Amino acid sequence: MIPAPFAYARPTTVDEALQALAAGGEDVKVMAGGQSLIPVMRLRLAAPETVVDLSKVEGLRGVRDDGDAIVIGAMTTHSDVLSDPLIAEHAPLIAEATGTVADRQVRHRGTFGGALVHADPAGDLPAVALALDAEFVVVGPSGQRTVPASEFFVDYLTTAVGEGELLVEVRVPKLAGEWGMRYEKFNRVAQAWSIVAVAAVVRRENGRIAEARIGLTNMGPTPLRARAVEEALAGAEATPDAVGAAAARAAEGTEPSSDLNAQADYRQHLATVLTRRAVSAAAGL
Amino acid sequence: MTAVEDRTGTPAPEKEIGKARRRKEDARLITGRTTWTDNTVLPGMLHLAVVRSPVAHARITNVDVSAAREAPGVVAVYTGQDFAEEQGSLPCAWPVTPDMVNPGHPSIAVDQVNHVGEAVAIIVARSKTAAQDAVELTDIDYELLPVVLDMEQAVQDGADLVHDQLESNTSYHFVFDAGEMGTGGDTEQAFSGADVVVSRRFVQQRLIPAFMEPRSVVVQPQGDNYTMWSSTQVPHILRVMAAMVTGIPEHKLRVIAPDVGGGFGGKLQVNPEEILCLLIARRLGKPVKWTETRSESLMTAHHGRDQVQFVDIAADREGHVKGLRVRLLADMGAYLRLITPGVPALGAFMYPGIYKFPAYRFECDGVFTNKVPTDAYRGAGRPEATFAIERIMDELAVELGMDPMELRRKNWIDAAEFPFTTVAGLAYDSGDYETATQQALELLGYDELRAEQQQRRESNDPVQLGIGISTFTEMCGLAPSRVLGSLSFGAGGWESASIRMLPTGKVEVVTGSTPHGQGHETAWSQLVADSLGVPFEDVEVLHGDTAISPRGLDTYGSRSLVVGGSAVVKAADKVIAKARKIAAHLLEASEDDLDFSGGTFSVRGTPGAGISIQEIALAIFAAHDYPEGIEPSIDAEATFDPENFSFPHGTHLCAMEVDTDTGFVKIRKYACVDDIGTIVNPLIVEGQIHGGLAQGIAQALYEEAIYDADGNLTTGTFVDYLVPSAADLPHFDTGNTVHTAPGNPIGAKGVGEAGCIASTPAVVNAALDAVRHLGVSDIRMPLTPERVWRAIHQGGDGGDRAAAGSNAYGGAQTETTAGVSTDASSLGGDR
Repeated sequence: MIPAPFAYARPTTVDEALQALAAGGEDVKVMAGGQSLIPVMRLRLAAPETVVDLSKVEGLRGVRDDGDAIVIGAMTTHSDVLSDPLIAEHAPLIAEATGTVADRQVRHRGTFGGALVHADPAGDLPAVALALDAEFVVVGPSGQRTVPASEFFVDYLTTAVGEGELLVEVRVPKLAGEWGMRYEKFNRVAQAWSIVAVAAVVRRENGRIAEARIGLTNMGPTPLRARAVEEALAGAEATPDAVGAAAARAAEGTEPSSDLNAQADYRQHLATVLTRRAVSAAAGL
Repeated sequence: MTAVEDRTGTPAPEKEIGKARRRKEDARLITGRTTWTDNTVLPGMLHLAVVRSPVAHARITNVDVSAAREAPGVVAVYTGQDFAEEQGSLPCAWPVTPDMVNPGHPSIAVDQVNHVGEAVAIIVARSKTAAQDAVELTDIDYELLPVVLDMEQAVQDGADLVHDQLESNTSYHFVFDAGEMGTGGDTEQAFSGADVVVSRRFVQQRLIPAFMEPRSVVVQPQGDNYTMWSSTQVPHILRVMAAMVTGIPEHKLRVIAPDVGGGFGGKLQVNPEEILCLLIARRLGKPVKWTETRSESLMTAHHGRDQVQFVDIAADREGHVKGLRVRLLADMGAYLRLITPGVPALGAFMYPGIYKFPAYRFECDGVFTNKVPTDAYRGAGRPEATFAIERIMDELAVELGMDPMELRRKNWIDAAEFPFTTVAGLAYDSGDYETATQQALELLGYDELRAEQQQRRESNDPVQLGIGISTFTEMCGLAPSRVLGSLSFGAGGWESASIRMLPTGKVEVVTGSTPHGQGHETAWSQLVADSLGVPFEDVEVLHGDTAISPRGLDTYGSRSLVVGGSAVVKAADKVIAKARKIAAHLLEASEDDLDFSGGTFSVRGTPGAGISIQEIALAIFAAHDYPEGIEPSIDAEATFDPENFSFPHGTHLCAMEVDTDTGFVKIRKYACVDDIGTIVNPLIVEGQIHGGLAQGIAQALYEEAIYDADGNLTTGTFVDYLVPSAADLPHFDTGNTVHTAPGNPIGAKGVGEAGCIASTPAVVNAALDAVRHLGVSDIRMPLTPERVWRAIHQGGDGGDRAAAGSNAYGGAQTETTAGVSTDASSLGGDR
């Protein structure tokens, strides 16, 4: 279908992009890879006045080593993420989850930053960012600020990125110690969104689980940390029974939606099964 | 070297029939370097956009299109009132009973809408963009009426009515009773005396054909002539019907189906938009084009299936079936389209399957609801029937404590019994169910999988394994015109072909069976290459234009090769017969002394004397020297109308893993052995089987059109209407047995629908076999993980799915619930 008419800006620098955002009128949308925005515009479910296309903005694409963190540019495509050596070394969870995003064509256009700022509750990367304690670098007219993942996802399709602001990069801290990671995604066909998914990041020490961070995908309007599971796992023996008992608490405090893929109670059940599987795999069980 | 080769000194050409030729049409179809309807651009062409009802059932109280008329680029805006006098009713060609109620089907709603997506106004503009922009400027008021969605409620006394001028929501009551027809015994008696009766209710969910190329129509008026290009399966039927509906004389209307990107029955239709394009082109005197969006396609192109089946089977304790009783509720949707009522009625004859039932009764109510009409979808009636019989045979086996294959074996028609007249009155042509089954069991590795199933049960593995069986047959090769007549179908089932021998020896084959992706051009070329002895590359197949191919009944019902291909072979025989006279004249020999082989007439006993049919084509073009008393042409045409359907059969086996923790089902292995008679092109056959399996498996596991309580189609995009891809499907182990069809010269039975008809019950039976020991006896299709999980852990059949669309995508839901256009969502922005 054909989108409603809109103005289009294609800046080449971050400053130009911020100017375009400021000048774009009441309803201005930033387009990164366009893999979510263009379909909803074509369905006329979104009709922005102005679209600011970031595809030509320099310096937003790529991954660099920044000492205690790796820094992923917001316009780094999913496909770039999948082949990046720094991500493979320090945050393989990101690559694992990215490999489940949509299909090859979408991964060549869709971007890491775009998927995070879109904040689709069924998207895979927000829960991963949450589990990895990523930090979001946001620029706006009044300068640059850094938002921790725990404060970044505000509501359904809503993040801490304000009007007139841009996400420019995401810092993912390097992890010290013996860490294992796993993304367990549950969907019905290969290219579909997650019905529920679980991102587990687990540190083992002397046969015990020293620390676990569990991100839940699609268990509410925003990605969530399964805090009850994390607490139960902290210091627990790395055994199937202990993991199973902790995972049984995965749905605590969640308010998932009911739709044709899953009603809420079934989503809550899936969260416990997938958490058990993800933690078990991350803990090397 | 064979004797023939020795005699002629040149190697006999390889037979084309049976050769896995790559399809000659694929390069252009796959690269898009061809003419699809939407590629067509004509000088001065205008574009249409359809304003569609957002409500399922309402009176139209006010239509204000004044703002749209003023919009830039808009040439005209029409409402239902503008065409009320001339639009007539879309045709229904299959009045299955004499008293069937047909409320009529306007192409554009005049004062009432009866399903979401029904056309209420049409924008005509200079560009597609301008037309689409103006849609939002229309303002239509609706007075809501109660929405009728559930068939079982709709047939109750006092139910709300879809059409309040009618007495009820029931369109017809169709009965086939073998006792009354004299093809079987008394059903009530069979049941009352039976040791065992098993009764089940099965739900055939609503499906969407989801063809790849959306529908598209272009109409060009030239004087009092009209040319219509349409992405249709049935240009010939469309021409006749469109002429009858609009009053444009048939000889003034030419219909062209250029290359068409799939249909699956979904383009076996006379669409409202085809009629509207004609009416508007006539009124404006300008060429017009309409191409649907994918959303429009899912919402307004006809759907398939949607039946509730009540099935009873009677048997003795030893497992001999005694009777079968089927009662159907079939959802017509809001209107009757081309063959809406006929789909379930066609299925009536297939419920007995491959089994020797002594008694059988079938009843079906066609029911109106406020949904888009149902109509043909791959298999049309036969998948539903096959599902019911193959599912209930498993249920009966459980009841009897008998192996499901053993039960089938005990009751199926033995190879020696063909031809066999069934309790439904059909004469099955040929086959051997035992051999196909043995081959399929070997392909699957049945014994090993049964052993593994046992192990998994004993170890209480969270992943359980099951094996499902479907031993099916189907009636296809839709022809016998007389039989179709006896079923009250509005047309015959013959097919036409002609062969034109060009001066350079090249061959044009004109077929009335219009392809929409099947590979007719390749298969027909193979047929003609063998018949006439000309190179495969020298044959061109022409189709799809009523001016080029004036007679035909098009492609559906696995009929093209069986009926259309046979017409080609018959036409080739006539060409040879005509050429023989010329050859005899030129070779100065008696016709009786001529042999025709490898494309050449030779004189028996006179080595070296010969003339090829391609040389004869040039000779008769020049026409300088030909016998007295005949016409100077070897072109010929033929019409073929077989005397019976053909009956492909096969055994399909599915091994299924069920994750009892999540309900996720995964096909471990799929094996099938199909008997489709003679195989002309094994590659095309393999493709048809694979595609059919994908669609049949999709019904079992993935696809379902869901309406919410207001009658909105929740599954309005491919995010929610789940069509599986290759990544979601297993490897298929396929095989064939060959029992040629006696009813046509090729011996082919038809393959287009086989995989789709056979696979669905095999898949569902497999899942049930995996979890039956956990107390599960039915799971509703599609077997979503949630339904499977609920059936295992909460009992029942898995229940209804939530009607809300996926929360993913941020906008794929219906407009009222979508988050994208809210204030909150605009904060995020970056996508």
